[in-house]
Amino acid sequence: MGSLIFDVQDVTLRFGGVVSLNNVTLHQNRGEILAIIGPNGAGKTSLFNSLTGVYAPQEGTILFTNSQDKSISVIGKKPFRVSNAGVARTFQASRMFSAMTTFENVKIGAESHRGLGVVGAMLKGPATRRDDRNSDQATKELLEFVGLTSQANTIAASLSYGARRRLEIARGLATKPEVLLLDEPAAGTNPAEKIELAQLIRRVRDEMGVSILLIEHDMKLVMSLAERLYVLNFGSVIASGTPDEIRANPVVIEAYLGSADAGVAEETK
Amino acid sequence: MKNFFGNPRLQRYGRTLLILLLIIVMTGPEGNGSQPTSGFTGSFGNHMSFFGFFYPQRWVVFVLLAGIIYGVISSVKLTVHWWRNRAIFRGDTYQRISRTVVATKRRSRLKSTRLGFYALGLAFALYFPHLVTDQSWQTLVVQDVLVYLLLALGLNVVTGFAGLLDLGYVAFYAIGAYTTAWVTGSLPTPPPFGVHWNTFVAIPVAIVFAMLCGVLLGIPTLRLRGDYLAIVTLGFGEIVYLFINNSYGITGGSTGTNQIPFLSFHLGPIKYLWGLIPEPYYYLTLAFVVIFLIVFSSLEHSRVGRSWVAIREDEVAAESLGIHPLKYKVMAFAIGAASAGFAGVVTASQTLFVTPPTFTISFSINILVLVIFGGMGSIFGVVLGGLVVQGFVAYLTHSPPSVYNAADLYMYLGALLVVMMIYRPAGLFPSRRRLRELHLIEGGVAPDTLQVEIGAHRVQEDV
Repeated sequence: MGSLIFDVQDVTLRFGGVVSLNNVTLHQNRGEILAIIGPNGAGKTSLFNSLTGVYAPQEGTILFTNSQDKSISVIGKKPFRVSNAGVARTFQASRMFSAMTTFENVKIGAESHRGLGVVGAMLKGPATRRDDRNSDQATKELLEFVGLTSQANTIAASLSYGARRRLEIARGLATKPEVLLLDEPAAGTNPAEKIELAQLIRRVRDEMGVSILLIEHDMKLVMSLAERLYVLNFGSVIASGTPDEIRANPVVIEAYLGSADAGVAEETK
Repeated sequence: MKNFFGNPRLQRYGRTLLILLLIIVMTGPEGNGSQPTSGFTGSFGNHMSFFGFFYPQRWVVFVLLAGIIYGVISSVKLTVHWWRNRAIFRGDTYQRISRTVVATKRRSRLKSTRLGFYALGLAFALYFPHLVTDQSWQTLVVQDVLVYLLLALGLNVVTGFAGLLDLGYVAFYAIGAYTTAWVTGSLPTPPPFGVHWNTFVAIPVAIVFAMLCGVLLGIPTLRLRGDYLAIVTLGFGEIVYLFINNSYGITGGSTGTNQIPFLSFHLGPIKYLWGLIPEPYYYLTLAFVVIFLIVFSSLEHSRVGRSWVAIREDEVAAESLGIHPLKYKVMAFAIGAASAGFAGVVTASQTLFVTPPTFTISFSINILVLVIFGGMGSIFGVVLGGLVVQGFVAYLTHSPPSVYNAADLYMYLGALLVVMMIYRPAGLFPSRRRLRELHLIEGGVAPDTLQVEIGAHRVQEDV
């Protein structure tokens, strides 16, 4: 079991009478780029929120195992505890701290895992200063990594969509995660930015050893990036496999044709 | 004609005029049904004349006043505008280089000027009691300026830094004052361990006690957000007020506490009783104001301060990064309560006894006004705002001009605040980040000012 980073068993999430996730079972191997696709409203973001502790599913288990082979059950944990355990995420509509600079955004991620340290912060002791310098250094390296160094002191609200996505990735990485959950990272980006983004995501995995869990609508991006996929429809997993297997799967094609998203189905074929 | 009335400057002038006309009515002679317009047409009697014979009607005076205020504000704005558009900032070729050079100069100048300014301010504050030797003035400065400053600084942590609207902040002040009374044995409740402690002992006890109450209030209530939190804190303030007002057996009820001893110092041969002379209180309070200033401003620029900003801006995102929102919010409450607790000690020990009417809701609002007036989240702004507003109040209390009616104080403060909101909605001296947030909220990306802000910020950081 040590090779699994996420082990999701029979998870059901309901909002009143609405079943958002229905008996979802899936797993992610360590170091894998895994994608979750599906039509709008299929429950992809609900799954993400369940994996990060924002929602607490009524049934099932979600186990997160870190590199020291220590497993925690995510359900019932608060989001900040899940984050501390090593799960980072980005949001569908990017949620940066808009009035802060790019640098400050990432720095908050870099220093959020230390304790409260109020007294140290008040007195500005040597340990606090050292911590501060370390966070600065880590932030600089991450900005370099995602290619935002030149915009380090720009207010986040005035960044382009592509830059915002990269900023969110850098901010997530700053928390030193073992798995990074990306919720539609390519939404609102242009084709050139998409290619850069795909390269960036692959580099995150290869150079930093962070597993990637990805929700994406852009089929080209998903098929070129993901090593394995799950297809969700109406809250249930309807198919899983490699990109080639998914392309050939009649159930998937039907799900996409059945939805209004015919264009996507074209691309899936 | 449309262009004429659409002129924003004219509109601002009109608004100022309206407010002043409102003041004319409100501050006019006592209501008299048979002369409803006496607020406008009455004169200031012998108190105001021009050239010794022209006794203007009240409305003339106020309209002139509006003109003067408008003129001052406009000229300041013009100067600022001219300063920002100096030739060196225009043009493309040398734009970057010149900007960087200017910014470098400006920044080094700024840092040293700032330090110099602080030193000057401190020197002035230290010398102040020798400058103003009138003891009633000194007492007022301690009670009406420094104590309010302490409270405003504390509330600024809660409301400005962490973004939590606290309408019951006065409760912590009350807790500080009544803890002092309790520790020194001035309540019907026996003091701790049956000993009438020295008032100095009350300082740490009151601070810790107020912080503890902040934590106890914070843990259940800080799960609420925005308006709901404001209502709950309002309730907390009322509960504390009603408790001290009604529990005769514990707090002395509406008659207040017994006499609280002055601060005194007994250590072997050294004996010093602080008595009624306000000077020692002045220095003690000043010392604490400086301490809180230093501590709070290093907090603002620390990890803790940044976490507060993150929670304030987007709690969900902050939580996803591993920030424990409740912990940080409770901490803001506790830290804010600390300075209020100390302010309570000063008030209690200097004014000899405390009574519940001091701690009503209007006091909380008063402190909030200082914070808003100065600029939420900006320590410098809050200090400036506190000095200006409370200095003004102290002046009116000490030597009221003959036209001034003490009942109109809040009228004037309210008008001041409204004028402020028209001309500087973010406060007298807003924090740069707060200003940006305000602009972002007001509509998508950025009016010119934001661009200026971004530009200035960028070059500053690059240097």
